[in-house]
Amino acid sequence: MLSRPATQTQITHGRRLWLYVLVGLIMFFLIVPSLFVIPLSFSADRYLAFPPSGWSTRWYAAYLGAIEWRDATYVSFTAAFLTMIVSTVCGTLAAYGLHTARLRLMRLAYVAFMLPLIIPGILVAIGIYLLYAQFGLNSTMPGIVMAHSVMAIPLVVITVASSLKSYDMNQEMVARSLGASRPWAFLTVTLPQIRISVITGALLAFITSLDEVVISLFIAGGDMSTLTKRMFNALRDEIDPTIAAISTLLLLVSVLLLGAVRLLQRKSGRDT
Amino acid sequence: MSAPAPASNRAAGRAAPGAPPAPVNAERLRAQERAENALLAGLTVPGMLLIAALVLAPIGWLFWLSFRNPAGFTFDHYLRLLHPSYTLTLQTTFELSFLVTAICILLGYPVAYIIAQARPRMAAVLMMLVLFPVWTSLLVRCYAWLVLLQRRGLLNTWLTDMGLIDTPLRLMHNFTGTTIGMVHIMLPFMVLPLYGSMRAISSDYMLAASSLGASPAAAFRQVFVPLSLPGLVAGTIIVFVLCLGFYVTPALLGGGRVMMWSMQIERNVNYYSDWGAASALGVVLLVMTLGIMWLVGRIIGFNRIVGAR
Repeated sequence: MLSRPATQTQITHGRRLWLYVLVGLIMFFLIVPSLFVIPLSFSADRYLAFPPSGWSTRWYAAYLGAIEWRDATYVSFTAAFLTMIVSTVCGTLAAYGLHTARLRLMRLAYVAFMLPLIIPGILVAIGIYLLYAQFGLNSTMPGIVMAHSVMAIPLVVITVASSLKSYDMNQEMVARSLGASRPWAFLTVTLPQIRISVITGALLAFITSLDEVVISLFIAGGDMSTLTKRMFNALRDEIDPTIAAISTLLLLVSVLLLGAVRLLQRKSGRDT
Repeated sequence: MSAPAPASNRAAGRAAPGAPPAPVNAERLRAQERAENALLAGLTVPGMLLIAALVLAPIGWLFWLSFRNPAGFTFDHYLRLLHPSYTLTLQTTFELSFLVTAICILLGYPVAYIIAQARPRMAAVLMMLVLFPVWTSLLVRCYAWLVLLQRRGLLNTWLTDMGLIDTPLRLMHNFTGTTIGMVHIMLPFMVLPLYGSMRAISSDYMLAASSLGASPAAAFRQVFVPLSLPGLVAGTIIVFVLCLGFYVTPALLGGGRVMMWSMQIERNVNYYSDWGAASALGVVLLVMTLGIMWLVGRIIGFNRIVGAR
């Protein structure tokens, strides 16, 4: 194995073993630190110690027992769900429009759709905060959903637009020449074929909203505090093991969503 | 990812030279096409409205505020930024951004290189490992680093137990902790564009180089590295620009000792309610960000930067 050539330049696996070790270490650095929160969340100790002196689920009980954590979780998941719907609809429509409209303006429109990703988050955050203050939208669910959607729409547009690029638009033309209206042709011919990327975009939108910190810090307060806002404040004050329990649950959500995306992509790979 | 609407689509509506004479109803067809294009372009309106209302309009407003005081037009807010407390922040922001970007290049290049050469199944697994942090909550990762790096944290405990150090190292609430945390967040954004550009390098080039007598190291240096440059530049810009405006990790891992530009903005809004200063700081940050992207966009093409994300 080690004496086999690794590349076209005939370097052997053995001679670049150091490279594999290095990359292994970097991968370790990327993955493992986040996983430490899992054993910590089951610790029985009052303070963080590793390995813990005993195991318990007291921090999960603390999380579920605290009304403000429960409320924040409810707010966050509601906002994430609504953001997913708003941004998937807006993003998919926009990606389709950008792809099909034969106008020079569309190039500029595409860049405009990417602006929320390019402009520093803190600037978007204080801008929205300033705007919402005029309309009483701070600390309201519609306000949070709109703000999170702005951050999620670019991701949906990127995901859907990239699959439209490899989709043969003539199929839709055929449907229309056989009498289907344009919306009907899109819904019955195009959408089923790009559905994987639409679902991927939707899940990305969900996780974007669930994990959004900076904007929520400014516009989500009081009863409408999101999980991330409460976590951020708790982390700034003290390192409470309750956060480890919440982090473990959030980690689980991430793994489930990423797993779902991978599964979908593998399935689509087999279909085509 | 480049702008949609491939050229073939765009040209389809127009008569090519040498084609049969235009049909008698050409005028109506053109009108219909215009109407249809307008309708299709209209599909972007809901999303565009949201972005215009929530991103563009407020930024225009901040821009206006940055030149206003009760008396009217003023440059005062910008002149105040020359005060040492702000210039020091600017220096910290750039130092940290340069350092994090440099470390990301050093760590990201070998990772992308190995993934690009791995067999498809292995590459998929490695890619998932790189993407896993991106899908993990930012705060979860910051929390993990707080636990690992604190004074009686895991790293210090282990290093002391192994006898490598006598007194715990100061690893967080300072520049070191912030750097570690930010590299952890930014590394995937370096690996992704690098991987994309390395994947596109045909192994035939390397084969040709070695058949012409290049040693593996020479072939790597003279053929592979130059071909991977677009990805490297894109990754560098993305990471650097994200670092410049980054807030969460420096605020948590810096513990107030590492003052970033974005934290000055937050402070001016939340503690002093000084919108003049906050908006001037914001405009400077925006100009720096867009300036860097424009500069590099001129060199390698803007779509490449956006598309590589």
